[in-house]
Amino acid sequence: MFVRRNLITILLSIEIMLNAVNLTFVAFGRALGSADGQIIVFFVMTVAAAEAAVGLAIVISLFRHRESLNPDSFAALKW
Amino acid sequence: MLRSTCSAAVAVVASLLVIAQRNPIYSVLLLIASFGALSGLYVLLDAPFVAVDPDHRLRRRDHGAVPVRGDAAERAARGHRSSTSASIRCCGPAPMRFGALLALALVVELVVGADASAATPARFRRRRSARSRAIGRSLFTDYAFPFEVTSVLILVAMVGAVVLAQRDNPRDRRDRRV
Repeated sequence: MFVRRNLITILLSIEIMLNAVNLTFVAFGRALGSADGQIIVFFVMTVAAAEAAVGLAIVISLFRHRESLNPDSFAALKW
Repeated sequence: MLRSTCSAAVAVVASLLVIAQRNPIYSVLLLIASFGALSGLYVLLDAPFVAVDPDHRLRRRDHGAVPVRGDAAERAARGHRSSTSASIRCCGPAPMRFGALLALALVVELVVGADASAATPARFRRRRSARSRAIGRSLFTDYAFPFEVTSVLILVAMVGAVVLAQRDNPRDRRDRRV
């Protein structure tokens, strides 16, 4: 995630991390004999979908302004 | 055991290749492969509902979760300027073949699934429906409030994505300057 200098690849990496968390929830739910893990996965997926939609919109908006997807190009809000 | 090991291996390799690819388009295709392998793992873990969702989410995103005009999304995916002809070239034979392959896989899944559900013994069907009923009941009783909050979140995200992705109107820009 920090190696790739591309905003879209960073978004995809976040998706992979959320998938790993989902898999952990389902595996633990199965091990404990409970359906709660699957229900939490539903919520995680919903939040991930919202995050991806807004993230992609922000990326498109940034690209329109700077014609670049390199995160280093957007340093205006850097501390 | 073998099936879960194979699915896990495919998921890990595809996830690693997502990061290794230079072209984001290939990264997205590999992410779909990773989601497919994860769906297999979810099925093996007795979570068929969860197995269905990632694929749908990804296919929805492929069709464009964010409504944008023009080819800005595609240009953004490539990370550099591109002409209209280049964007048409992206929808050439290879993606079309991949889409046809996905459609064929969907049809095969449906046919095999229908056959399998018909061949499943009644006691297993009952167990599966009992599990689905338990999940549905939990969602609408114990988790009713988070469910509603999530619905509002999706709505807000949808509106936010539309607002963020829309192109600036030149007239509005002129008004702001005045």
